[in-house]
Amino acid sequence: MSGAGGSTSRHLLSAGDLSRDEALLVLDTAAELEQVLASSTVGKLPTLRGRTVVNLFFEDSTRTKTSFELAAKRLSADVISFAAKGSSVSKGESLKDTALTLEAMGADGIVIRHSWSGAPVNLAHHVRGAVVNAGDGTHEHPTQALLDAYTVRQRLGRLEGLRVTIVGDVLHSRVARSNVLLLHTLGAEVTLVAPPTLLPVGVETWPCAVSYDLDAVLPKSDVVMMLRVQRERMGVSYFPSSREYSRRYGLDVRRAAVLGDDAIVMHPGPMNRGIEIAPEVADGPRSTIVSQVANGVTVRMAVLYLLLGSAEPAIGVEVTRG
Amino acid sequence: MAESWLLRGVLPYGEGAPVDVRLADGRVAELAPGLAPGSSRVLEAAGQVLLPGLVDLHTHLREPGREDAETVETGTRAAAAGGFTAVHAMANTDPVADNAGVVEQVWRLGREAGHCDVAPVGAVTIGLRGEALSELGTMADSAARVRVFSDDGLCVSDASLMRRALEYVKAFDGVIAQHAQEPRLTVGAQMNEGVVSSRLGLTGWPSVAEEAVIARDCLLAAHVRSRLHVCHVSTRGSVDILRLAKARGIDVTAEVTPHHLLLTDEAACGYDATFKVNPPLRTQDDVDAVREGLADGTLDVVATDHAPHTSQDKETEWGAALPGMTGLETALAVVAETMVLPGRLTWRQVADRMSARPAVIGRLEGHGRPLAVGEPANLALVDTGAAWTVDPAASVSRSRNTPFAGRRLPVRVTATFLRGARTHGEG
Ligand SMILES: [Zn+2]
Repeated sequence: MSGAGGSTSRHLLSAGDLSRDEALLVLDTAAELEQVLASSTVGKLPTLRGRTVVNLFFEDSTRTKTSFELAAKRLSADVISFAAKGSSVSKGESLKDTALTLEAMGADGIVIRHSWSGAPVNLAHHVRGAVVNAGDGTHEHPTQALLDAYTVRQRLGRLEGLRVTIVGDVLHSRVARSNVLLLHTLGAEVTLVAPPTLLPVGVETWPCAVSYDLDAVLPKSDVVMMLRVQRERMGVSYFPSSREYSRRYGLDVRRAAVLGDDAIVMHPGPMNRGIEIAPEVADGPRSTIVSQVANGVTVRMAVLYLLLGSAEPAIGVEVTRG
Repeated sequence: MAESWLLRGVLPYGEGAPVDVRLADGRVAELAPGLAPGSSRVLEAAGQVLLPGLVDLHTHLREPGREDAETVETGTRAAAAGGFTAVHAMANTDPVADNAGVVEQVWRLGREAGHCDVAPVGAVTIGLRGEALSELGTMADSAARVRVFSDDGLCVSDASLMRRALEYVKAFDGVIAQHAQEPRLTVGAQMNEGVVSSRLGLTGWPSVAEEAVIARDCLLAAHVRSRLHVCHVSTRGSVDILRLAKARGIDVTAEVTPHHLLLTDEAACGYDATFKVNPPLRTQDDVDAVREGLADGTLDVVATDHAPHTSQDKETEWGAALPGMTGLETALAVVAETMVLPGRLTWRQVADRMSARPAVIGRLEGHGRPLAVGEPANLALVDTGAAWTVDPAASVSRSRNTPFAGRRLPVRVTATFLRGARTHGEG
């Protein structure tokens, strides 16, 4: 019998998998963990002792991988990091075969980052352990949305009714998708701002507002979340030049000045300083960029704890195996 | 010489009173009530619908090159199980069917297997590269008698090359079957571009990429007075353009697949790559439009686009999986489900869309003929009271990638006859 044998597995595949209560439970649990760890001398909790968490990263991401590793280790889990990069691209070992290997190893939790949208869903069909989506293609990145929500609540005290503006390449952004879903669940009012080329077809069906005009939206924003814009998008004419992009959609000092006194500025990283965000804004008092990184570990601890900490997971969705 | 059969109590085109049909010497010898068995082998088929053998304009048999997914033998056996007596074998094999050698090889393999006639499709361009015409005339003059030419899987996107191809095949009454997909609008495309693709984070394949090519090709066909066939029409806009083109008298025909008649892009929600296909599954509005188009004749035929794939090419991440679905064994049942039962088509019209018209488009002799004494005995028997559940493990095809797994379908092909010889059925 492998690690998770007998008990039900639930997975975190999409931010939309979380009900309002579940999402709040993650944030509250993260807050408790933060307090407990602050008063702990060893900086570690025994909660997941004897359980195995596998980090399966098919795509390079040192920061997310490190964040999940730290989270699992601070809960005393055994952590295995799989160097799976490129295996699906080269048509070597399939995701299914990798899943069977993980089953044999008795993985209780599998954190997966993959360049193809939906790969975590595919994986969940083949394993008993709980799957956590750590970013799949241009689909979702639910723990990023959770840490963003946690950071907002930490700084502004609430989420309900806050006006959150997400700016940039929504089309290719898994961060934007997860944030729209989660922030809507938590009662925030989201506005997406982007050039029309970087908004997905059908965005009008999403639970948010849409604008092409950053200057019109900024004064009414409590939170501004800047998305990374990838230079390679220029080659395929999503926009003419990074200079023009920056001029129309970058958060520079002049624009930051119109924000309300308490408004905060977020970025999931890594940043293109001088393109989507000016260095003075990124390093300024409104910026939450550093605390986002720290909060990432805490929130991921909460997610792993709630999925793996007891026989009956407290959050997530079930997926039929087969 | 094939043995003689007596099919008892059948309903030709599902119409009128039951009759008996005697098949002898490869032809329909008698068609009347109360025939005596004589020396004929009797098949009790009371109340079953008799149709002319189905003709598929769009089949991927995968041989040569991907015999692990399908061979001419297994693919034509699957065709016979679906009621087909002739299939057009697409050219995107390895090596590509862009010369007389390959098309004759495929044709010969079909003859040897004997399950149904195989009409090889010739590639329009060398290696499907879209750069230079293949030796279309040599393929037409070969033993395979190629009349349908297609780069299917890829679009002949160069307008000048498409024009020349349309013109050139007029010399031997050929037709260009276009896989309409503007390549620059579909770079990296994974599924229909719309609400669902945006939610799933999969790169979209917009309807306009199909419609723009169809519109252009209709205008080209009109300009050079040639005939054009459009493969697997999947969008409402395409149906509208074709309706207009036909009203203008342009010599264009078009096909729709069973899966585009039944399924929508919502099927992608679980990222199960069984539902990945090119062109992609569209919206319910598109499904409604292709059903209307097939009913009013704007879409001339149902063609399967049977595209077998091995499990390793399908049981993988959506983006890494190959597009395509099997379809030969389920095609008629899906057409019954979507078109006949709801009253959109009669069985006689099904015979028109799945036998007569595809045979005419492909210039196939001896197929698509009416049910009448003296005609070749290429026939399919359909039990309209035999609902069944699709089980991929029971596929006759070598591949299991049916999108209808677990689905209950309302009718079943019980027997198929090719020139009087039974190619499918028991008892
Ligand atoms: Zn095609």
